[in-house]
Amino acid sequence: MASDDMSGAQAPVVSVRDLVKHYPIERGIIFRKRVGTVHAVDGVTFDLMPGQTLAIVGESGCGKSTVGRLLVGLEQPTSGSVTVAGTDLSTLNARELLATRRDLQIILQDPYTSLDPRMTVGAIIGEPFEIHPEAIPAGKDAKGAVRDLMARVGLNPEFINRYPHQFSGGQRQRIGIARALALNPHVIIADEPVSALDVSIQAQVMNLLMDLRDELGLSYVFISHDLAVVRQIADTIAVMYLGQIVEYGDAEQIYEHPQHPYTAALLSAVPVADPVVQRSRTRIPLSGDLPSPADPPSGCRFRTRCFQAQAKCAEVMPELVASGDKHVVACHFPLEAVTSV
Amino acid sequence: MTPPLLRVDDLHVQFSTRDGIVRAVNGMTFDLNEGETIAILGESGSGKSVTAQAIMGILDPEVASIPSGSITFRGEELVGLPERKHRKLRGTDIAMIFQDALSALNPVICVGDQVAEMFRVHAGASRKSAKQQAIEVMGHVGIPAAAQRYGDYPHQFSGGMRQRIMIAMMIALKPAVLIADEPTTALDVTVQAQIMELLKELQRETGTGLILITHDLGVVASVAERIVVMYSGRVMEQGDVDAMYARPANPYTIGLLDSIPRLDARIGRLPAIPGLPPNLLNTPSGCPFHVRCTRAEDTCRVDPVPPLVEVGPAHKSACWFAEEVYAHGK
Repeated sequence: MASDDMSGAQAPVVSVRDLVKHYPIERGIIFRKRVGTVHAVDGVTFDLMPGQTLAIVGESGCGKSTVGRLLVGLEQPTSGSVTVAGTDLSTLNARELLATRRDLQIILQDPYTSLDPRMTVGAIIGEPFEIHPEAIPAGKDAKGAVRDLMARVGLNPEFINRYPHQFSGGQRQRIGIARALALNPHVIIADEPVSALDVSIQAQVMNLLMDLRDELGLSYVFISHDLAVVRQIADTIAVMYLGQIVEYGDAEQIYEHPQHPYTAALLSAVPVADPVVQRSRTRIPLSGDLPSPADPPSGCRFRTRCFQAQAKCAEVMPELVASGDKHVVACHFPLEAVTSV
Repeated sequence: MTPPLLRVDDLHVQFSTRDGIVRAVNGMTFDLNEGETIAILGESGSGKSVTAQAIMGILDPEVASIPSGSITFRGEELVGLPERKHRKLRGTDIAMIFQDALSALNPVICVGDQVAEMFRVHAGASRKSAKQQAIEVMGHVGIPAAAQRYGDYPHQFSGGMRQRIMIAMMIALKPAVLIADEPTTALDVTVQAQIMELLKELQRETGTGLILITHDLGVVASVAERIVVMYSGRVMEQGDVDAMYARPANPYTIGLLDSIPRLDARIGRLPAIPGLPPNLLNTPSGCPFHVRCTRAEDTCRVDPVPPLVEVGPAHKSACWFAEEVYAHGK
């Protein structure tokens, strides 16, 4: 990987600073009153470099999908900023925002529910052109552009008039990818893009995503719970726990030498598809369930499940501090020992 | 020689649908012994869940039929067994855990009563002793403060805890055979590891034969002793887990193993299996995998289907080139 990843020598395509998303919990029918807050995302900061893939990993409920939705504007942040190509999205008016959003597209997890069953594939992929007719390549009509997109993602352009149910899961995910590519974005947010697919199809779609990244110079925010899949594509990793990033940095460093106890536990829980290797691995136990994001623990949010939590962890929230040149970790007692997967 | 705990022999299952006959299982064969864990591995539509339903006797008689083949439990034939008798076997002798614990549990009955029901219905326990036993088994599967949570409803538990309750219900009666259909697919990896360890631990205690149905090669590697690889309703390969991972003898197994991303290495582009799984309404002639197989020759494209041949000790593969593939190594 390039050496200037996190040094700031290059300008990031997307910059996220202290992003916060809180959802109110309300009670009552006529007199609604706020009784609590779900801390879905609580101060997330990262940079996405051009041509790079940043993976956000974590268990369900850690806020990773909310970050993706905030990036593309499907949700409004409570506070914090998202900067795309140097422009802070919160400073834009509606028209400017529409133009900037072209640059950021999203691929969703479930290819069965994210495509309108009553629209033809051509209409689904071509829908972005209705809002942004200027994105249709010169000398082409919308239909021609859709055919090109279909060919690009490995779908037969002759199927342009078919409906989603006539396609398999893997092909539907390709339709979703084609739709995301229509406006020629620089950044794609992929939210669990292969989790719903069979293994043999998963590899095909992962390879397509890697090819598109290399051919079109795309940058990805790759949101996934599958650490084995993430390892194949990510340059940088952000590990999230209860709305916060607990470890962030160069992917290889994190896989080879995780320093946050949560990252280490997460990695140790993933079974390796090799019985001999698998038997030699030891799992770091995590006690209990994920605490509720409506009532996160004091101090370090992970302390209730951490195998090495001490008194300090309940009192002081650990900040993200540098550990090596490409790696930050939020833990009072980061792992020193070299633990490899 | 005593018969194996469970024997599935040349099982065929088909469904009649509006569009024609779907041959979901075509000649499934395997033995399960006491205390053994066997993994049935396959992609969607490979027939792995239908095989489980046939063993449990829960196929929908309106549409499904078993035209041939046999399933014997301790020597007793289950195919064609009257529903009344099959029902007696379910729960006490053969039990099943489903992927989606939330939809498998009754939302309006508290979980404690659902666990206790097992003891009352199948073991004839009194209300009081059933409750006592339910609390005991709930504690045993790792539900904290089981006595306090007895009266809670399914929605008040997390996904992992709900799966533990399902396991509590299923192991309540110490079945001889436990079928787990994708038991951890919907769960986070950390919880998945806990649940798999729990299943293994309970198995060691009770000597239950475990059939694990999954598409996850990582889970298989961590818990199974033997594997049956299915494709398009057929057994492609079966053998001991170490032998099969080290030296697969079927191009489909090789393709699967190559296409999974590994946690311990960055490979980048993965060697994917080209094409799509076959449509079960219209399966190709010959070997069902030939359309996607890089090794396929003319013999593969025409009937008959290649038979399972032995390539190593207890290691069989259904491929005309099995020995060659096996000799060639991975």
